[in-house]
Amino acid sequence: MLTRALGRTPYYVVAGGLAVIFLFPLVWNAWASVSGQPGTAQESGYGLGNYRTLLDYDAGLWRYLLNSTVVSALTVALTLGVSLLGGYAFARFDFPGKNLLFLLTLAILMVPYATLLIPLYVLLGRLHLQNSLVGLSLVLAMFQLPFATFMMRISFEAVPRELEESALVDGCGTAGALRRVLLPAVRPGLITVGLFAFLAAWNDFIAPLILISDSEKAPLPLAVANLRQQSMGAVDYGATEAGVVVLAVPCLLLFLLLQRHYIRGFMSGALKG
Amino acid sequence: MQVKAADRTAPTHRSPPEHRTRPRRTPTRRWTSRKAQGLAYAAPTAVFVTVFFLLPLLLVGQMSLSDWPLLAGDRGVNAPENYTDAADSTLFWPAVRFTLLYTVIVTVVLLVLALLLALLVQEFRPGAGFFRTVYFLPSALGLASASLLFWGLYSPTTGPLSSILEGLGLVDDPVSFLGTSTSALLSTVFLIVWKFAGFYMLILLVGLQRIPHEVYEAARMDGASRGQIFRSITLPLLRPSLALCLLLCVTGSLLAFDQFFILTKGGPDNTTVTVVQLIYREAFQRLDLGTAAALSIMVLAVLLLLNVLQFRGLRRADES
Repeated sequence: MLTRALGRTPYYVVAGGLAVIFLFPLVWNAWASVSGQPGTAQESGYGLGNYRTLLDYDAGLWRYLLNSTVVSALTVALTLGVSLLGGYAFARFDFPGKNLLFLLTLAILMVPYATLLIPLYVLLGRLHLQNSLVGLSLVLAMFQLPFATFMMRISFEAVPRELEESALVDGCGTAGALRRVLLPAVRPGLITVGLFAFLAAWNDFIAPLILISDSEKAPLPLAVANLRQQSMGAVDYGATEAGVVVLAVPCLLLFLLLQRHYIRGFMSGALKG
Repeated sequence: MQVKAADRTAPTHRSPPEHRTRPRRTPTRRWTSRKAQGLAYAAPTAVFVTVFFLLPLLLVGQMSLSDWPLLAGDRGVNAPENYTDAADSTLFWPAVRFTLLYTVIVTVVLLVLALLLALLVQEFRPGAGFFRTVYFLPSALGLASASLLFWGLYSPTTGPLSSILEGLGLVDDPVSFLGTSTSALLSTVFLIVWKFAGFYMLILLVGLQRIPHEVYEAARMDGASRGQIFRSITLPLLRPSLALCLLLCVTGSLLAFDQFFILTKGGPDNTTVTVVQLIYREAFQRLDLGTAAALSIMVLAVLLLLNVLQFRGLRRADES
């Protein structure tokens, strides 16, 4: 027993040491956001001064949170809607151009973000969607489509055909079969797709940086980065740290709640490789 | 050919027709309606791909050959000046060199560390699940959030790293983590490794779990040492997962933007300007979308080439 415990010790020293290094920045940032620093709203002691600065900064924290929430919700809804129907079509139907369309959807992965954002900036202007949260969501949803469509196709293919055949025999149309029989069966896939779409939309920086020019419409990451850049000379580290906490908490909570679905996403990536 | 397709797709085909109370449709009509329904379900995807992917792709090609100021103005043909202008920019070759250097360093450090982490938490022991979660936790953050976090961490005035190093007696003066080009590069690499190591660890863990236990057992029976097992079993069988990590890591690093935009703004003295940052500057600071489009096309060409090469490598790894 003792020798086994001793044999384990080096493992726990190394793994534990690494854990401290990985946790340190997160813990430090949370602590720094409520602790006193010269030149910030929280000069001394502990409190929420930095969060109050953030609350009143420019258009206000609530505005930015609302923008981020709207963009994330729209992106998730669009991604789920399009990939649910698309995944169904690719898994269960045969139609002209099917393989070409699937390959084109996957090809989005091959094209760098920056290559598409420059023409999208021009194109959204022509569609009168420039500087709009809807336009931004459409673009973010498009970037999610390769993973989402792939994932939903796998999910539909994993459902036994007999399940939906019996529904079709009972007089359901394909839409009825999708809604009543298939939708519950592919729910884990939908959760995975929704989770990845939410995190991508919530965290994205370069798309809003290019597509949103009005600070009233900035999502949170852009607003926090601007907060840091605009206060030249007197840099407010405290408010930035508070901003990082507001940005990070939903992501960390979602991850801890939905770890299982995260792994599912990786599995499908690994299967592809 | 068409009949075969109908056989394969019509799900009602195999069900006995006696069960149906509605008048039976001919196979051809059923097949046609099935095809139309498939098209209808795929229509939203087709619209998205056409409007937000194919159209911009065509447009960026056209833009790269035209004079295209950010605000309205002359949009005449301008080929191939945008390409030569882009290549002549004083920052072009430094940005290419810096992006490549950054990619090599990040890829090597990240993959080695991710593999070590995966091997460390691979076996089940009490606490292994906790360590996996902790190493993965930074991956749940956005890259911009992580960069903003490290921007505070590296601050010479309020950041804790400087004081920790001083307290340990490793340095005498406050460290300027982003002050020189070398330290800015290494500090950014540290941020990226912290942010992504857990992500790649997870991909490698999935790969490790797919190696059958019997292979290890057989090797142990034959008296192979730990090092031998790692070299001749783990590494070769892990090659597809490693190749996937390599592909993701190289592509991601070549397109680096957020971390440098937030941490260094390209400084000091434009020594940490990446290629994507150059595209951003051409478009939105020098207001020349045409040159930015030409740069984008060049990046696209390089990445396509790289992807083709790596996919070939992946396939070969799969075959072996």
